Amino acid sequence: MVEINLSINTDLARNILTGFIRSEIMRIGMSRAVIGLSGGIDSALSCALAVEALGAENVLAVRMPYKASSQDSLDHAQLLIDQLGVPSKTIEITDMVEPLFELDPEISKLRKGNIMARERMIVIYDQSEVFKGLVVGTSNKTEILLGYSTLFGDSANAINPIGDLYKTQVRQLSRAMNIPAPIVDKPPSADLWEDQTDEKELGFTYEDVDKLLYLLIDERYSPQELIEAGFDEKFVEAVTTRIRRNQFKRMLPPIAKLSNRTVGYDFLYLRDWGT
Amino acid sequence: MKLNLALAQIATKLGDVEANLAKHLDYIGQAKAQNADLLVFPELSLTGYVLQDLVASVAHHPTEDDRIFKHLFKASRDLDLVVGFVDEDTRHRFYIASAYLSGGKLIHVHHKVYLPTYGLFDEGRFFAWGDEVRAFDTRFGRMGMLICEDFWHASPPYLLWLDGADIMLFSSASPGRGLNDTEKLESARWVERVNKAYASMFTSFVAHSNRVGYEDGLHFWGGATVFDPNGKELAHGPYNEEALAFAELDLNQLRRTRSRLPLLRDERTSLVQNELNRILSRG
Repeated sequence: MVEINLSINTDLARNILTGFIRSEIMRIGMSRAVIGLSGGIDSALSCALAVEALGAENVLAVRMPYKASSQDSLDHAQLLIDQLGVPSKTIEITDMVEPLFELDPEISKLRKGNIMARERMIVIYDQSEVFKGLVVGTSNKTEILLGYSTLFGDSANAINPIGDLYKTQVRQLSRAMNIPAPIVDKPPSADLWEDQTDEKELGFTYEDVDKLLYLLIDERYSPQELIEAGFDEKFVEAVTTRIRRNQFKRMLPPIAKLSNRTVGYDFLYLRDWGT
Repeated sequence: MKLNLALAQIATKLGDVEANLAKHLDYIGQAKAQNADLLVFPELSLTGYVLQDLVASVAHHPTEDDRIFKHLFKASRDLDLVVGFVDEDTRHRFYIASAYLSGGKLIHVHHKVYLPTYGLFDEGRFFAWGDEVRAFDTRFGRMGMLICEDFWHASPPYLLWLDGADIMLFSSASPGRGLNDTEKLESARWVERVNKAYASMFTSFVAHSNRVGYEDGLHFWGGATVFDPNGKELAHGPYNEEALAFAELDLNQLRRTRSRLPLLRDERTSLVQNELNRILSRG
């Protein structure tokens, strides 16, 4: 088997990522951040990084439970809020999403999950205006590559400090930053329906898929090379298909080109233009 | 003879030349107060790095009547300067450039000869390729300047060496990449390794000035270094923060090292030329 070492220098990562949050928020004349805390590890890590970058008083943690959300999610988010000493709000989304669910008795749990994710986006962007803070993202590299997110829902944010860390690296950095153990150790879940876990839904573990993704993406091995090296063929195929099919979630919608200069093709500026 | 060298690892404002000029003048003041003879700024220090469609609007030509450069020409009466900028030639080609200013005059301009256009880099799309690698004389001896990808290739430092440069001034806007469980990013380790190797192989002084700060998700790691003709590290700036790094270069070290290790004397340039001719004429 090919040698795989996903461990990172957490001090260096912490330094670069807190600098990133500080730079990208301060350079546009702002000083605050807003983060939706799910009770899971990704949002906990983003929140801890934002606190280290900006100071606890400048980070608003928002819990957005649905009536069926697990009590653990709320409790774990509270654990982090207490530990970091950040201001927080709890805004329940049940009354906002239920009327939409009721319009269609046939509504699937996938549709409900997407609606909840997008409702949370609406709430967090509204709080962004109230608190005058940028929305800090909480998607990791594994879920971005697998497309395991709701477009314009949990994937919506202003800046994302953890999007180049695989889930296993998120765990390593979270331990280094003293994220409470119940958050780090529990099975990851979007908590959109009862007993949902990421690994059950995806059909493989993060530990396995991170190794595969690392070799495919970072080390540029071909799928064939990895099958020859001992990875299960069906697993490799399922993952490479997911990566390809979800490319649309990783980019802005394409604009049909008509003129000589078109946004997205030949109107090229960084977001940090002029700052 | 001694040379007090200072390296300014600054963060820049993307596309805001006036703001970056103000920072240059501030760092020049600090370096002067600490008796620096020469201050080297990083690649594209007057403009920022990922310029894309900003290129034309930030271009300047290093003349005494240019509204940006006139301040730098004036400042160069106190200490020599290397600044990074976008140079526009008379036919409106844009180059990634470094200018060496001294005594209120332009001594040399280098246009970047290797424009990385792969991976996260897209320089070849926006800039013209320089086509000269030349050493030049200064009041401290003969020097050469290269910009980032130029020294990822072995030939430009080699040419400078043969053209008489005893002090190589490298400047970069190097995006940090390759985080693993070791002490440094892979990009930092690679650059430091080759800088040390060039100093050792060419028995010359090699200084590297790299910027810091962020542009969107890219982070620039700083870590300015100076190596002497023995490959010994004389200075190392901090990573990821703005700083002025200082090194006192004892230029007599060139003589001592080359007396012990006559690599320059023994370099078989005709052999290189013959073999290059053969290789390039093949097929």
